[in-house]
Amino acid sequence: MERTEKPVINWGQLFKDGVFAAIVAFGLFALMLGFKTDQTLNNEMVLVPRPMLLWSVVGLVFLARIAIGYWQASREGRIAPPKKATALWMLKAEKYGLPMVIGFLVAYPMFVLLTAGPQGAIKWIDNFGIQILIYIMLGWGLNIVVGLAGLLDLGYVAFYAVGAYSYALFATSEPIKDFLAQLIGEGFWQAWAFWICLPVAGILAAFWGVMLGFPVLRLRGDYLAIVTLAFGEIIRLVLINWVDFSNGYAGISSIPRPSFFGVPFNATDEGFSAKFGLEFSPIYRTIFLFYVILALALLTAAVSMRLRRLPVGRAWEALREDEIACRSLGINTVNTKLTAFAIGAMFGGFAGAFFAARQGFISPESFVFLESAQILAIVVLGGMGSLLGVVIASILLVGGVELLRELDFLKLYFGDGFDPAQYRMLIFGICMVLMMLWKPRGLISAREPTVFLKEKKIVSADHVKEGHG
Amino acid sequence: MTMNTAPLLTVRGVKTYYGNIIALKGVDMDVNAGEIVTLIGANGAGKSTLMMTIFGKPQAKEGTITYEGQDITKMPTHEIARLGIAQSPEGRRVFPRMTVYENLQMGASVNNLAWFDQDLEKVCTIFPRLKERLQQRAGTLSGGEQQMLAIARALMSRPKLLLLDEPSLGLAPIIVRQIFDVIRKVNEEDKTTVFLVEQNAYHALKLATRGYVMVNGLITMSGTGKALLADPLVKAAYLEGGGH
Repeated sequence: MERTEKPVINWGQLFKDGVFAAIVAFGLFALMLGFKTDQTLNNEMVLVPRPMLLWSVVGLVFLARIAIGYWQASREGRIAPPKKATALWMLKAEKYGLPMVIGFLVAYPMFVLLTAGPQGAIKWIDNFGIQILIYIMLGWGLNIVVGLAGLLDLGYVAFYAVGAYSYALFATSEPIKDFLAQLIGEGFWQAWAFWICLPVAGILAAFWGVMLGFPVLRLRGDYLAIVTLAFGEIIRLVLINWVDFSNGYAGISSIPRPSFFGVPFNATDEGFSAKFGLEFSPIYRTIFLFYVILALALLTAAVSMRLRRLPVGRAWEALREDEIACRSLGINTVNTKLTAFAIGAMFGGFAGAFFAARQGFISPESFVFLESAQILAIVVLGGMGSLLGVVIASILLVGGVELLRELDFLKLYFGDGFDPAQYRMLIFGICMVLMMLWKPRGLISAREPTVFLKEKKIVSADHVKEGHG
Repeated sequence: MTMNTAPLLTVRGVKTYYGNIIALKGVDMDVNAGEIVTLIGANGAGKSTLMMTIFGKPQAKEGTITYEGQDITKMPTHEIARLGIAQSPEGRRVFPRMTVYENLQMGASVNNLAWFDQDLEKVCTIFPRLKERLQQRAGTLSGGEQQMLAIARALMSRPKLLLLDEPSLGLAPIIVRQIFDVIRKVNEEDKTTVFLVEQNAYHALKLATRGYVMVNGLITMSGTGKALLADPLVKAAYLEGGGH
């Protein structure tokens, strides 16, 4: 359809609206942002005026109000154009995007090493690369539970914690170390703990997934979300309060770091650098860790892609759509839900074990509800069920927050005490609101059919009603 | 009204409760192999409850349900489905975000897609409309097409007994006629036994070998389809102004 007439934009009215919004913003923020209470050296409270910050916020509100008004006016009287086949690029993105992303990730450490040098590279590989990859892996793991099986899990971080503590407790356990020292040799456990405990952590997390799964099988939607939320908190509170077991708030320190399949990363003659004739540098461990988490994340992706094509994966999706119909088609919904919980939890456990090994120190502080929320946000933001969407969302959310730390130049503008990283939750929230306005089904909402006849056609979500698509 | 065929499904003295409220007050019913049996009744009579009770959700509190000589009263739903009973539930309940093709695969998952390709072709000849829409999301189909899909999905498991709950619900008369033609065809060609719950009494009884009338959780009348159609009580209660 053609637009029948050009929309008339009343600039005077827009300007008036803008001024009004700015006045309201000024009233709201004058005291909140305009002044800051501070302490002098004599412990006196002083008011520090921050006119720059106040005026820039008011200015932003003014401009934003005009922009919104303009946007609304320009849409008025306009007939919505027919939906274009936007879905096609999405299919292409899923098809070519993933190999490209993987290629980029494999090359990433080398690229950073070349551009930033060994000193600068650690930050980029560790803070950006590894951090983002952990969340990608967690996102892909949770995606199995939430995206495929449709079971809203707000306590995913519990499995992450189970994995982390399994590794930390086993690896630092003196009896196991002594026993293996006698059996195989001194230093064996220190060197191999990670590789032995990784599967164990996954299995234990899966076991806890089943433990959680059993009582909550009857629940769906909101109720399931509440119970899983509680479960996450229970695990954390147990870790805090059962001091004999987990050392409480103090956490567990000096957890053995992963070795290069038995070869430790240290400066000794037996170390990685010496064996491979390289100069000792902590960068090798970081790069190695990067590839370990990359491999783990890709394993998660491969398994979930493969599972989607297997009957159990399709049963998960059918379960998400309609439980009663599923049952009447002969699908054992109990087992189907439990496998989803267990497999999702297992990958959470792997990620947890890796996290503990990378940090060398863990405490219950790392497994708060906010983590669950962030992982869930990544899955929802990326588009439920989409692997590539999770990658993009992780980069945006996790990488974005890390980038905030880099924005030091803002201090010139907002004053010395300004720390952009403190605004991460605000920015995070704004992003979520904007996303839900513009792409309510996530960044990549189209779903590739698992099976196809002659040609693959994208299954767009555009025609299915909200909450169903 | 006894026939020479063996009863495939027998329902004896079945009582079903929703909490404290009794929905079925002792139902007796038989479905013989090869028949189309229709259950008619008003809203809230307990027709759908009977169908769901056969499928084990909710389970009968008293009485027995026997299928091929096996007691299935307390069996979990998914195991009942594996015995060769398929259901097209009330309100269709297709998987809206999955494609038509995937929906059909779900239907065949009971027997691990053993005859999937053959059966796909078969349901595509029965419902040419579905063939055009195989790669479309089920949620984008029209009501009639979704009903076709629900029946097709049930047929994919090669059931011996097909339970259909109000397949004409909310459909245009022409589609209703198509659906009933299909039910007849499936019954005649594949020897699939059909148990049909309907409010559209005229069409359903015309199609049926035998019929039951349910009032308030009890079977009040039974007989051949023709006999029930001619019965003055049935006429007065369910058919007046009905037969299009």
